[in-house]
Amino acid sequence: MSRYTGVTDRDLREMLDAIGVDSIDDLFAEIPEGVRLGRAIDLPPGQSEQEVFEHLTALAARNRHCDEEVTFLGAGMYDHYVPALIDTLLQRSEFLTPYTPYQPEVSQGGLQVMFEFQTAISELTGLPVSNASVYEGPSAVAAAGYLAKLETRRSRLVASRGLHPHSRGALRTHAAGYGMEVSEVPLTAEGATDLDALAEAVDDDTAAVFLQQPNFLGTVEELGELTEAGKRTGAVAVCAADPLPLGILTPPGELGADICVGEGQTLGNRLDFGGPSFGFFAATERFLRKMPGRIAGETRDLDGQRGFVLTLQTREQHIRREKATHNICTAQALNALAGVVYLSWLGRRGLVELAELMLRRTHYAREALGLEPINPGPVVREFAVRVPDLDALFDRAREVGINPGYRLGRDYPEYEDGLLVAITERRTRAHIDRLAEVAASARQAVTA
Amino acid sequence: MSDPLDPRAGEDTITIFERSREGRRAFVAPKCDVPEVPVDELLPRSAVRERPAELPEVSEPELVRHYTTLSSKNFHLDEGFYPLGSCTMKHNPKLHERVAALPGHARLHPLQDSAYAQGALELMWRLQSALAEIAGLPHVSLQPSAGSHGELAGLLLSRAYHEDRGEPRTKVLTPDTAHGTNPATVTMAGYEVVKVGTAPDGGVDLDDLRAKADADVACLMLTNPNTLGLFDRNIEEIERIVHDAGATLYYDGANLNAVMGIARPGDMGFDIVHFNLHKTFTQPHGGGGPGAGPIAVSDRIEPFLPSPQVVRRSEGDGAEPRFDLDYDRPKSIGRMRGFQGNFGVFVRTYAYIRSLGGDGLEQASQVAVLNANYVKARLAEEGVGEYLPIAFDRTCMHEFVVSGRGAKERLGIKTLDIAKRLLDHRIHPPTVYFPLLVEEALMIEPTETETKERLDHFADVIRAILEEAREDPEIATGAPYTTPVRRLDEARAAKRPVVRWRPDRADE
Amino acid sequence: MAEPSYPDELKYHEEHDWARIEGEEATFGITWYAQDALGEVVFFDPPATGTQVSKDQSYAEVESVKAVSDVFAPLSGEIVAVNDELSESPEKINEDPYGDGWLVRVRMSDSSELDSLMDADAYRKLLEAGS
Repeated sequence: MSRYTGVTDRDLREMLDAIGVDSIDDLFAEIPEGVRLGRAIDLPPGQSEQEVFEHLTALAARNRHCDEEVTFLGAGMYDHYVPALIDTLLQRSEFLTPYTPYQPEVSQGGLQVMFEFQTAISELTGLPVSNASVYEGPSAVAAAGYLAKLETRRSRLVASRGLHPHSRGALRTHAAGYGMEVSEVPLTAEGATDLDALAEAVDDDTAAVFLQQPNFLGTVEELGELTEAGKRTGAVAVCAADPLPLGILTPPGELGADICVGEGQTLGNRLDFGGPSFGFFAATERFLRKMPGRIAGETRDLDGQRGFVLTLQTREQHIRREKATHNICTAQALNALAGVVYLSWLGRRGLVELAELMLRRTHYAREALGLEPINPGPVVREFAVRVPDLDALFDRAREVGINPGYRLGRDYPEYEDGLLVAITERRTRAHIDRLAEVAASARQAVTA
Repeated sequence: MSDPLDPRAGEDTITIFERSREGRRAFVAPKCDVPEVPVDELLPRSAVRERPAELPEVSEPELVRHYTTLSSKNFHLDEGFYPLGSCTMKHNPKLHERVAALPGHARLHPLQDSAYAQGALELMWRLQSALAEIAGLPHVSLQPSAGSHGELAGLLLSRAYHEDRGEPRTKVLTPDTAHGTNPATVTMAGYEVVKVGTAPDGGVDLDDLRAKADADVACLMLTNPNTLGLFDRNIEEIERIVHDAGATLYYDGANLNAVMGIARPGDMGFDIVHFNLHKTFTQPHGGGGPGAGPIAVSDRIEPFLPSPQVVRRSEGDGAEPRFDLDYDRPKSIGRMRGFQGNFGVFVRTYAYIRSLGGDGLEQASQVAVLNANYVKARLAEEGVGEYLPIAFDRTCMHEFVVSGRGAKERLGIKTLDIAKRLLDHRIHPPTVYFPLLVEEALMIEPTETETKERLDHFADVIRAILEEAREDPEIATGAPYTTPVRRLDEARAAKRPVVRWRPDRADE
Repeated sequence: MAEPSYPDELKYHEEHDWARIEGEEATFGITWYAQDALGEVVFFDPPATGTQVSKDQSYAEVESVKAVSDVFAPLSGEIVAVNDELSESPEKINEDPYGDGWLVRVRMSDSSELDSLMDADAYRKLLEAGS
């Protein structure tokens, strides 16, 4: 007997008796010999909770995490402060252990959370309808591509090179199934999406154009112009957005985006080496019945009490099957709960204050570093600079417990000497000054 | 107007937005230690938001109370029996939250240099190896975010495989009992769905399969045991038919809980398998995620696996092996998502596999099947069985399907009514109205973590509900009575969708 | 509409659709049986006027909360009118499937197709055989 099952010898006798067989093996009699494993699973024997804990602790100790170094690493996930109350709430069994609200009468907590989350995302993005989450940022971008296909029946997708490399990658991978090709619009010398190239790239067969705000380099794009150019031939304008800067940036919905998606990790979720987090997906009313994923809707019960249910389920796979708007079933409900709690914790003013703090520190950091900017235009929380000797910088930085950022050359060969520096509210002036010192000393070492 | 002395007054739910009062706050920003340059000097006018997002303004106590109260309206697995067929609602071990929260896991940036993420990469590599052994297929990708995502990866892999051979195909076969995600995935992967019929014994109709498995078929998607909870005895013949047609064989791992250590999909001949870590491997369901849907594949599919892959490199000469992310995969279908996958889920799954070991996993499947057969036997007893006849009279695996048609015809209550009445008994209903093949279906999956007393209680409650309906069917048709809300008007929610709170909306 | 009803003056299609013939034009809808099986209709998105429909082909979908049903054209023709009221009140399809719940009206392109449709008696027999 394991610690999670409870079949005593007596239970077993009584149960086998009731079933009418002699042994558990009899219950597997229908499995043909030819496919039976016929031996034990080749895994180490089970261990006590204590031993498992110690083993996992030892593995975790071999990772250098964000409490052990001052990190300027961003590129899609960021070291933000998550308040303690989120841990408290997410550990509640009532949120942690149930499944999707198929029985709404006993799931009003989960359904109302979804409704509130949808409201918060709608507010952030400036678009009227939102779903209750998709997996994460890049697959939300891919999902938007599918919606554009269903809506327009066209076969081309046009994506800015400013879109996160993982989003471009996921879009291409999924597009192979959609039967669509993805073409890329380059960035200008200033690190923004090339408007003329975008206008050239769209045609009558373009289902959607994809932009990102801020873009991967941290540039605040001229979204209004870009969406206008993108939609000229009837394509759907999709904007992937970083949610926290939307505290002070004009929401994509007010600048011509038909769909706004993005990565939700920064909203109350852990880094967790890349997941789980959540993706958000908001759109204009026009796309409501083609949206992917769960949507919670408000209604009344038979006593007139206000309540919430999963609605517009005929979009979904369990009803629409091969004609579903997406195949998603399990999404990221718990992470979306963290998201709406976090946004409610920040509140109307707090989100603005946080975004303004990041904006000012980012500006300060770019100046303090004194390195040549790759994208000299407006930035809000991340920026790219050229570093003469990246290896020297990283070596020096590591010595003093700093992770200076992301090497752009990994994804952008044209910025081989590029470093992407991310700022969050946790990066203080002192941290930034220290990074600037390291950068200066690394520079001196090069020129010496 | 509500009466303040009525205990139920003031219970009508309000959203966090309606609790908002101007000026309240839960968040205090850290001090700004850099020059407070005006925003309009740093950003162009057009880029600056004119109106803030209308997020609520609440204090911390109100915020905590609001969500804590909401949580109390949820039935959950730590409180009671949750036999939701196809979902494997087994206990979520509490150790897992502790290890997932270790800062070395929770506070690790996904782009951290692999030299400084060896613990995480090793965990992923070990998990891959364990899943490979459980599936009987050597190559694993942990990337897909959920079962559906794994299914899509599987079909994209099939596509890449066939295109690489210069044989693009256009169809994918799914049984008519398939979970809805299967046909939905087929369409997303650019294929046409062809349904294969079910034989009288509940397995795949072999004649129908033979007729449809032609050179235009890319793949057959199957789950074994299937959604009826039945093991397909003809699996070897199915494998032959599909592979003879040159197609790949895909295993939907939703029902893996029935066969761990007993029969492996790789040994059944499957080329691609997905796992639902939130089903078989105890990742908490979270109210609808997160989960994860890793895949295991055979040698011939391996080149196409998503990129990056977690690999182990031996430096040779007794040096410690190094774990890394390998991006050098020329035939890869590419990435399915950002970063490496739902690592937090991998931590919990890995802890589970270490806790149970090979012997424990096999035992879990054995007890899962024992428990299901026991409940099936109890529900076949007189007074229950005639109202809820078993859909297919065979030994079931970890779940089984009964039909509520007996209750409908003889008592005037439907499966829906039985489900709603169960809520009053603090039991989560089984899956209802799926698979579509069975009229008034109830799909019951107890899982191995329920004790015999819990199973007996469930059977007794079902019996009591049926007896009650014999006396007065309107009790069940009006149920539930004791839940936070009663039956909800779903038609209204679909006809006039209200999917966000608005300050100006008149109360309807 | 609480009780099953299959008006004698209509023609019926085996996929549970009806046609009311008026000169060159025919009005289509779904039968009592179909709306009963579907449950309360919550959404109907008609095709645009001018669309060509073909006999035996699906030309639209009707949705309830938990199901979607294809609607089949009993006859071929061009759509000359759609029932706009259904976007506000789709439940008319349940309440009055043969009257206010009509779906589209077409100008028939081939009146010989009428021969293949059933009368009310034959349709009732079809339903009995199925149950």
